[in-house]
Amino acid sequence: MAAPTAAPPVAPTSQAPRAQRPRSRTAATVRMYLGVAVIVLWGLIPFYWMLVTSLRDVEFTFSNEFWPTHITMDNFETVFSTARGNHFGQALVNSFIIGAATTTIALLVGIFAAYALANLKFRGKFVVMGFILGASMFPGVALVTPLFSLFTDIGWIGQYQALIIPNISFVLPLTVYILTAFFREMPWELEEAARIDGATPAQAFRLIILPLAAPGLFTTAILAFIASWNEFLIASQLSDDSTQPVTVAIANFAGSQPHQEPYTAVMAAGTVVTIPLIILVLLFQRRIVSGLTAGGVKG
Amino acid sequence: MPLKSKAFVATSAVSALILAACGGDDSGGGNPAADENIDSRGPITYVQGKDNSGTIAPIVKKWNADHPDEKVTVKEQTDEADQQHDDLVRNLEAENADYDVVSVDLIWTAEFAAKGWLQPLEGDLAIDTEPLLETTVASGEYNGKQYAAPWLTDGGMLYYRSDLVDTPPETWDEMMEMCSIAEDNDMGCFAGQFSKYEGLTVNVAEAINGAGGAIVDEDGVTATVDSPEAAAGLSQLVEAFENGNIPKEAITYTEEEGRIAFQDGELLFLRNWPYVYSLALTEGSSKVKDKFDVAPLPGTDGVGASSLGGHNLAISAYSDNKATAIDFIKFMESEESQRFFVTKGSAAPSFAALYDDPQLAKDFPYLPVLKESLENAVPRPITPFYPDVTLAIQENAYAALKGDVSVEDALTDMQAAIATATSGG
Amino acid sequence: MSVKSDEVAADKVSGDDHDPTSLRSRLDPGQGRRGWLLIAPTMALLTAVIVYPVLRAIYQSFQRDATLDPQSGMFVAGGFAGVENYTHWILQRCGDVACPTGNNAAEFYTVVYITVMFTVITVILETILGLWFAMIMNKKIRGRGLLRAAILIPWAIPTAVTAKLFFFIFAYDGIANNVMRANILWTGEQWPARWAIIVADVWKTTPFMALLILAGLQLISAEVYEAAKVDGASAWQRFTHITLPLVRPALMVAVLFRTLDVLRMFDLPYILTQGSNGTTTLSILVVRELRGAPNSAAALSTITFLFIFFIAFIFIKFLGASVTDDDPAQRKGK
Repeated sequence: MAAPTAAPPVAPTSQAPRAQRPRSRTAATVRMYLGVAVIVLWGLIPFYWMLVTSLRDVEFTFSNEFWPTHITMDNFETVFSTARGNHFGQALVNSFIIGAATTTIALLVGIFAAYALANLKFRGKFVVMGFILGASMFPGVALVTPLFSLFTDIGWIGQYQALIIPNISFVLPLTVYILTAFFREMPWELEEAARIDGATPAQAFRLIILPLAAPGLFTTAILAFIASWNEFLIASQLSDDSTQPVTVAIANFAGSQPHQEPYTAVMAAGTVVTIPLIILVLLFQRRIVSGLTAGGVKG
Repeated sequence: MPLKSKAFVATSAVSALILAACGGDDSGGGNPAADENIDSRGPITYVQGKDNSGTIAPIVKKWNADHPDEKVTVKEQTDEADQQHDDLVRNLEAENADYDVVSVDLIWTAEFAAKGWLQPLEGDLAIDTEPLLETTVASGEYNGKQYAAPWLTDGGMLYYRSDLVDTPPETWDEMMEMCSIAEDNDMGCFAGQFSKYEGLTVNVAEAINGAGGAIVDEDGVTATVDSPEAAAGLSQLVEAFENGNIPKEAITYTEEEGRIAFQDGELLFLRNWPYVYSLALTEGSSKVKDKFDVAPLPGTDGVGASSLGGHNLAISAYSDNKATAIDFIKFMESEESQRFFVTKGSAAPSFAALYDDPQLAKDFPYLPVLKESLENAVPRPITPFYPDVTLAIQENAYAALKGDVSVEDALTDMQAAIATATSGG
Repeated sequence: MSVKSDEVAADKVSGDDHDPTSLRSRLDPGQGRRGWLLIAPTMALLTAVIVYPVLRAIYQSFQRDATLDPQSGMFVAGGFAGVENYTHWILQRCGDVACPTGNNAAEFYTVVYITVMFTVITVILETILGLWFAMIMNKKIRGRGLLRAAILIPWAIPTAVTAKLFFFIFAYDGIANNVMRANILWTGEQWPARWAIIVADVWKTTPFMALLILAGLQLISAEVYEAAKVDGASAWQRFTHITLPLVRPALMVAVLFRTLDVLRMFDLPYILTQGSNGTTTLSILVVRELRGAPNSAAALSTITFLFIFFIAFIFIKFLGASVTDDDPAQRKGK
């Protein structure tokens, strides 16, 4: 493998005395752990407030006591209760189904497209990529009514297809672009070599390129899943009671009185909704970081 | 008559006949679907926003038990008024026959009626308006016809600290004079809903109407808000913001923030809906449990003009079973059902006699005050262009309340913006 | 050395020798057709879901909205509008007069400015923070699994819930003012409101950037860094001369898509501030117009689309040609 085209300059500090190195190493370590602390606090402080609120008695919704007080599990009960016609459990299942289908199909379709865009020569590639990017440029709020009409005419309102297909189209541009960027950086000579040795293009691709592109694939999968999980506008119009995902279910929470905002229930729902995603990430997080094995990619 | 004029008269007559035949429509005024299915009976779907109080399911169950061949299915939308509106628009525009009876916020009635989506409630579909509060009946009218039947209503009331104020103020100026009590006790004096949303229109309309002004004319199209009375009304709010009688944070208040401020003892007077009553009385965090009472809103010369809230029931012009639909509506308006809505859901009924019921008044002490409020209520502008009109009001009133523009300029702009909105953009 | 630079120069001109596409064309000629076949599903999906509504919106934008017939009090179809709906926004004309305050079009250019302002600020902040987080997530520290999961929490929470959470936090009597012992009218004044939205958005989407950049970092092997360290390069030099250039493909995709997303931002400002106090974005303006005048809103959607297209075009032209074409100079590891 040739050296990367960007070679580091030979710095005059190369003759730094030995004594300096341990100090700079601890400084670096301190900086790193500081960074870790910032990240953790960053992610968690507002989430902490969400958690505290979700555990708080609804009568004390607006209390500003920083530590958990007036603790109750009522809000979580409210979230899952079916007394008012809410079916949050069903909504969670729906979100999973929609998310899984969206991610799988988008990845498949995206891999095909990215393979072509990164590798094959055909005319109009620039236009195609522009078209794909262009699909991410139209304001989502303006798509709702036309899609509603379209799916009403087809008769798919309230069915899973009506939720999955638009979601796929929303995540496809990002999927294609990430995968294309990744596939371009792959060592295609290895694939060439395998093909010359007799492997079919599909085999070579599957056995050599894909494993190396795993970080990109898993990252895309996580992002696609979460994007689908987060989608609200289209889902709110195209789903019905039995197929609505959690975002719509949360919007359907109501206070016990008109004008009353069910903050505690919404925060509880938000907590409940986050946990499966965290578990998912914990399961797959090692895949988004390659072991830098197999000879690595660069250098 | 000379030949030429005879010809002229004849031509004019024929042209008039042709124009009458092609141009204007029959009494339905634009939607032939309104003439269909008037006598049909069968199962129907009732669409409303999220049922906060759990009263719809039992009521519908009762109907279904009595009408096994005309069952009602309830479809609940979300809790947000804007989303409910958009959902109705999409389905009615798509001529969805699955929406039979719909719950409409008062401000949507004119818009939906003008689009021909609502069935005029006349002839076989007429309702008996006698037992219902007059102002609520009027809220369902558009262009001289009844398009929606009153169901539940809502009016603004003045919540005040009865431990600090002996008799509630009857005029705005009286209330402002009492602000010294608030200062002595380190509280804000008055708050309403002033964030930039529909609640702002409600409060501004109350201020303007309470001073004798009007936002649009009866035709629903001519803007009349640039008037001395309206200026006087809006100035009340602006001045109160300026001198701090309305605390500056009230510019971010929706119903909930005001309620919490009042419950925390930080406000002397609060304009809000009846729902606050039971919460302020019973919530664990409320510090004013036994220290508050309600009164009608103060206007410029007497009782103020509360904005009318609530929901009406309408029949979709595309419904397949309109006879069932109107019977269901009558059922929802009946004294028995209305009583149930009051006792179970703390709602404000449109059935007038219930306000004088002594038993109910004992359980819901605010009912007599609410009745007075409703009898003097003025609806927000009744116009088919309401979405744009309310934006025009909000944008300019908000700027005036923040002190960014003078009241005169705000009203001039508001008038121009409303005129633009009602002329079609 | 000079031979190599000649080769590189030749690459730049012909785009051939080091390009797998050319290798492939020597091996099998039918790739053009195969290419289109592989692209077909993507194109089909995007056409059905996005092209159809866009075409419909464009058609609508040339129709006038319904007007009220004074006689019957009913709405009647408006008929053909020509470019009226477009001049309404671009020239801010309402009929014959300039649109007054309170009419949506009067705010058009302000809203464009606000949307761009949000985009610039949030994307810059998210990129810097995302880079930093990604570098840290890349390191081998104990508990990095939990670290990576923790970092994703903001991104995992549905936007509506996040918006309500921050609405809650930034209320006048909310926890933010409480902890800061301040009395800021977060949602009641212009720059506090804007900062509230920026904070909420950056909180929520930095994980997205960090995750994408982290994936890009995987394409850089440790040996490159080792070699640089041996040569004496400082951390900063390693960052600017190794990390940045090599993570560029992933970084560019992340920044590009993030930019496109913020330009269309809706949920967050809508729920946090209802677009008041100078926080209205183009999408909020579309939704507001949609309620009263759907055809005029369609014109605004089209204008927004063209505007975003223009920005993306500039972005790609000046910042990252590698996003869309095969730039052999970017090829590594050959």
